[in-house]
Amino acid sequence: MNWLTEYVRPKIRTLFTRRDVPDNLWQQCPNCQQMIFHTDLEKNLRVCPHCGHHMRATVTDRLGWTLDEGYTRIELPKAPADPLKFRDSKRYIDRLKEAREATGLEDAIVVAHGTIEQRPAVVAAMAFEFMGGSMGAAVGEALIAAAQLAVLQDAPLIVFTASGGARMQEGTISLMQMPRTIIASQIVKEAGLPFIVVLTDPTTGGTTASFAMLGDVQIAEPGALIGFAGARVIEQTVREKLPDEFQRAEYLLEHGVLDMVVKRSEMKAMLARLVALLREKEPA
Amino acid sequence: MRHFLDFEKPIAELEGKIDELRRMSEPEGLNIEDEVSKLTEKADRQLRATYAKLTPWQKTQVARHPDRPKALAYIAGLITDYIPLAGDRAFADDAAVQGGLGRFRGRSVVVIGTERGNDTETRVAHNFGMARPEGYRKARRLIELAGRFGLPILTFVDTAGAFPGVDAEARGQAEAIARSIEACIDAPVPLIAAIIGEGGSGGAIALAAGDAVLMLEHAIYSVISPEGCASILWRDAAQASAAAEALHLTAEDLHRLHLVDQVIAEPIGGAHRDPEAAIQAVGEAVQAALEPLLGVEGPALKARRRERFLQMTREPIG
Ligand SMILES: [Zn+2]
Repeated sequence: MNWLTEYVRPKIRTLFTRRDVPDNLWQQCPNCQQMIFHTDLEKNLRVCPHCGHHMRATVTDRLGWTLDEGYTRIELPKAPADPLKFRDSKRYIDRLKEAREATGLEDAIVVAHGTIEQRPAVVAAMAFEFMGGSMGAAVGEALIAAAQLAVLQDAPLIVFTASGGARMQEGTISLMQMPRTIIASQIVKEAGLPFIVVLTDPTTGGTTASFAMLGDVQIAEPGALIGFAGARVIEQTVREKLPDEFQRAEYLLEHGVLDMVVKRSEMKAMLARLVALLREKEPA
Repeated sequence: MRHFLDFEKPIAELEGKIDELRRMSEPEGLNIEDEVSKLTEKADRQLRATYAKLTPWQKTQVARHPDRPKALAYIAGLITDYIPLAGDRAFADDAAVQGGLGRFRGRSVVVIGTERGNDTETRVAHNFGMARPEGYRKARRLIELAGRFGLPILTFVDTAGAFPGVDAEARGQAEAIARSIEACIDAPVPLIAAIIGEGGSGGAIALAAGDAVLMLEHAIYSVISPEGCASILWRDAAQASAAAEALHLTAEDLHRLHLVDQVIAEPIGGAHRDPEAAIQAVGEAVQAALEPLLGVEGPALKARRRERFLQMTREPIG
């Protein structure tokens, strides 16, 4: 009938997630340059044990850190692939194929449903590793699907953003995902369900200027780059070097754009508490 | 002085010749009518031929033409009894976003436009049409005002995009744009958007998430400027022409992609050759788009608008 009846079934692949063993067992922290043994880094949710720098995470990690065991990733609705037959130095269709092969993802987002500390939740996580997490029709469609799934399951929708902005290779089609994802956020809110946005590094451009700024609660990870215009564009306009803290999560918190900056190790507990306070209103 | 674009050079030369002939013949009392009419005809043919097959990059230049009528010209030409309203009630007034109350063909409306100015002084005064958060918050306020009083909303979009500045980011540029789009989506009254020049990315959709999106024949509407796209994807801003092509940013392409409802024909040689005709053509198209929506109740209008955006970009395009 529609994508819900057709596509909401577990992705078998994700039940046997293969964990890539890094070629290099040590990883360098991009912030403090210390070398970290990879199992230590994984155990520490990819947060540097030396300086607390939050490294970028894959969507598989993200879902695992957020949802209780036994969650289900859903098959996403299809969107027209390469509607503009876009080509720069490479064909967009080839870039898509490469990104799919490299990440094992269909596009720059995954959607799963499960529980967070035993409370039902739908979680969407954007994949920066897939073409910079850029938002095209597939991402827009996935967020609408996630919103409809949240309503169907009477569950909050939590979106982890990680996106360089609109997907240029889809031209104005990608621009139209701004109103479309805003409508997705409205679908959740109108059902009386919490819509919570967790902004992770980096979230910029059209993604920021749409659903990502419309959460009932706005959270960011420490140090995450969050903004509308890119720093380089701003530097060219104002002709001055921007301070390091500019467009960082803490800067946005100070400027009233966020409710809170939450460490990765405390994120799940915070999400559970927020959902409980918003939904379990009577004394227990 | 008339501004000519690079690709208009042959036309400029012909028109220069005509002017010169006229100037020379006047004191002498020579009969040059035959010669002038021949040249005029030739220039006219040249102009039609050129404008019939503008490339996307040429259209980008036409869309940004300094003599092209800007939002305030449309407001002046189409809206009577116009009362500008100012301010976002929180921080400032943003001159890049103009708007207020007025009458369109006798009917009370709220009108909003991004104004980029047409000479150095007005360009600076309007920040080249690039709004800051207070501009989008003002737009949202005007959209909500329209909703409260049941007034249709007309928007005239012409902007390179939202202003990329430290102050704009500090005051929540992204949130302001998102809320402005949301206000468009939520308006319980008809919202007709006309892309009259450059529809630049988030700064354009902030005022254009409406029931009908009209676009002038040589206007452009894009997620990123051709120059910006070229410097990112081609790593060379000089590839802007190729990027303009790839982005499908012309009215014709966007209409074919079902992202734009109607293409409004421009006067021969572009809106800048006959601003009044262009303004009136937009007025006719706005009236035609508005008419069928006037009887529709707010909730039905919102539901229809939401469905329109939910369906948009879903189907493969033939
Ligand atoms: Zn470190």
